[in-house]
Amino acid sequence: MNPPPGSSPAPAPDTRTAAPAGGGPVLEVEDLHVEFRSRGPVVTAVRGVSYSISPGETMAILGESGCGKSVSAQAIMGILDVPPAHITGAIRFEGRDMLTMAAEDQRKIRGPGVSMIFQDALSALNPVYSVGYQIGEMFRAHRGASKKEGRERAVELMDRVGIPAARQRVDDYPHQFSGGMRQRVMIAMALALDPKVLIADEPTTALDVTVQAQVMDLLQELQRETGMGLILITHDLGVVNEVADRVAVMYAGRVVETGTIDDVFTAPAHPYTRGLMSSIPLLEDKGNRLNPIVGAPPTLSNIPRGCSFHPRCPMARRATDGRDCATDGPVLREVAPGRRAECHYSEELLHG
Amino acid sequence: MADVQTRPERRTSEARRAWEASGEPLLQIRGLEKHFPLQQGIVFKKTIGHVRAVDGVDLTVDRGETVGLVGESGCGKSTVSKLLVALERPTAGQIVYKGEDVSQMRGSALKDYRREVQMIFQDPYSSLNPRMTAGDIVAEGWSVHADVAPKKGRDRRIRDLLDRVGLNADYANRYPHQFSGGQRQRIGIARALAMSPELIVCDEPVSALDVSVQAQVMNLLEDLQKDLGLSYLFIAHDLSVVRHISHRVNVMYLGRIVETGTDADVYGHPSHPYTQALLSSVPVHEPALRGKGDRIILTGDVPSPANPPSGCRFRTRCWKAQDVCAQEDPELRDRGQGHPSACHFAEDHQVVPTETNPSPDVPA
Repeated sequence: MNPPPGSSPAPAPDTRTAAPAGGGPVLEVEDLHVEFRSRGPVVTAVRGVSYSISPGETMAILGESGCGKSVSAQAIMGILDVPPAHITGAIRFEGRDMLTMAAEDQRKIRGPGVSMIFQDALSALNPVYSVGYQIGEMFRAHRGASKKEGRERAVELMDRVGIPAARQRVDDYPHQFSGGMRQRVMIAMALALDPKVLIADEPTTALDVTVQAQVMDLLQELQRETGMGLILITHDLGVVNEVADRVAVMYAGRVVETGTIDDVFTAPAHPYTRGLMSSIPLLEDKGNRLNPIVGAPPTLSNIPRGCSFHPRCPMARRATDGRDCATDGPVLREVAPGRRAECHYSEELLHG
Repeated sequence: MADVQTRPERRTSEARRAWEASGEPLLQIRGLEKHFPLQQGIVFKKTIGHVRAVDGVDLTVDRGETVGLVGESGCGKSTVSKLLVALERPTAGQIVYKGEDVSQMRGSALKDYRREVQMIFQDPYSSLNPRMTAGDIVAEGWSVHADVAPKKGRDRRIRDLLDRVGLNADYANRYPHQFSGGQRQRIGIARALAMSPELIVCDEPVSALDVSVQAQVMNLLEDLQKDLGLSYLFIAHDLSVVRHISHRVNVMYLGRIVETGTDADVYGHPSHPYTQALLSSVPVHEPALRGKGDRIILTGDVPSPANPPSGCRFRTRCWKAQDVCAQEDPELRDRGQGHPSACHFAEDHQVVPTETNPSPDVPA
């Protein structure tokens, strides 16, 4: 990969002034609920999700399709249409709740405060504008830069994300770039205003492994340079293991387990996490028969009562004391120092 | 379930009898090429070049064997699958199935070939007709190959097949949109099984599925192979999946196979630089092995298959490339690593960290 030359990051005076209080979390999500109400049944995509992210930290949100991982990120970015979406809870950026603030103030946070990169770069970029124009738009909209300045900044950024011959390619259109390069263009756009938190929604899922390695390296390098917090949304356990510090595992709209990668991946405290880990074939060994989770994830308009995982869970049962996984929903609780899980039987999983 | 696999054996040609006596592999691909013309102009089309999608591929599949074909997008692996099921005609080379050249097959011989070689597709959403019920989808092939299933017991056969792939047999009257992605992929598998195939070409059969469902489908494919003696050509980009399911693995780059061998050969002792780079890019799942392997990050993109580099196709991105690589096309042969590799400077270089050997070699 081309090492990004030492072009200095764009200054961001308007956001850097309000420093996070005492190195605490820069973004906090608390008890977030997202429902979609339109014709037909109410679809509950996110049901009480809480997490926080500190500067320089990488947190992975891991889950299968339909678990609510992307919807929670879209709620943070304020890109869900309300209605049909119905959002409750709190999303605090540097202590201020974004859900209750005026649209104008929210816009000031989006870009310099929190920005996002998407899975499919081809559909996330506008095909009728050159990539330089699209990257420069950030400076024109937020900093009042002229077209010419915007273009100059775009060249700098493209250089920084390792796009070769940036000056020649700044006027090219998205379709003229390869998948990996398009993803770099999107990263350049997201990083234009030096965000404090970057949300990466499946940033490498559409890419080949060799390109994935390049892009993940770039993201980590940029994070080291800028000290931003990174929320990495993915279903790939390998990517999570290699880049994240902490992980939140989501299932059916709830966080079912959180902790450091080493803790969670070495000894999962939730049967769903364990099931995921035994479902994946290994690169380093041919292995024996896979041991997948039975069944399929629930439909979000009809989530099972009690623990939402109980119909697929090998540990679900009615205990002698009358506690029944099918009716008594567990709560996310501390099961070991620094790690939490939402299961009645986490201790059993951890200590055999 | 015995009647799920009744193979109508009515036509035995000379070549097929000779093949049965010789014990040669079920499928042999030799020097397979497919070049798509690049055309310019609207009224008067002029061919200005060719996309060399597949450019000299050799491959064999034995009875009851799973052969993996792995490579990145655009390497030509899906074109190989289309050539195999006779959806495309090869530009050059041979596909020899049971001793007979597929391109020479006509009439009933070709019809039999198309029945015996079935395909499972990547996208379970677009590969099923939304206007047909699951039962109709599974039975559709019988309207052409009526001899596989006698008219009388077809409903029963449909139920058996759905049951075989782990679906509720009562779902035969449901439409594809009423099924989840994993269930749809099972319908696709049942459709292939309905033809009593010998070889199934699986083109990225699990890459659209979530990990837990992916594991279910892979287990199903393994069970079917064990019970019915099927052969698979398993095409995928996910290296871990390919290793898990395959007996032998072929790594493809820009229309060519660059390395081939058993899973232990290719993953444990990769000797082609591209295989090494590919394997080292895959993130490992275990915290203990994180950062242990040495990572080879390739620069640049795959060259255009319309204008591949001279000599070795990988030389433009290879850290070992020397003058000879631009002049001489390295052939796919064993250069002392125990399995064939298409590199002038092939050498065993372990890149995947394992528990017994957590820090593989450091590159020269």
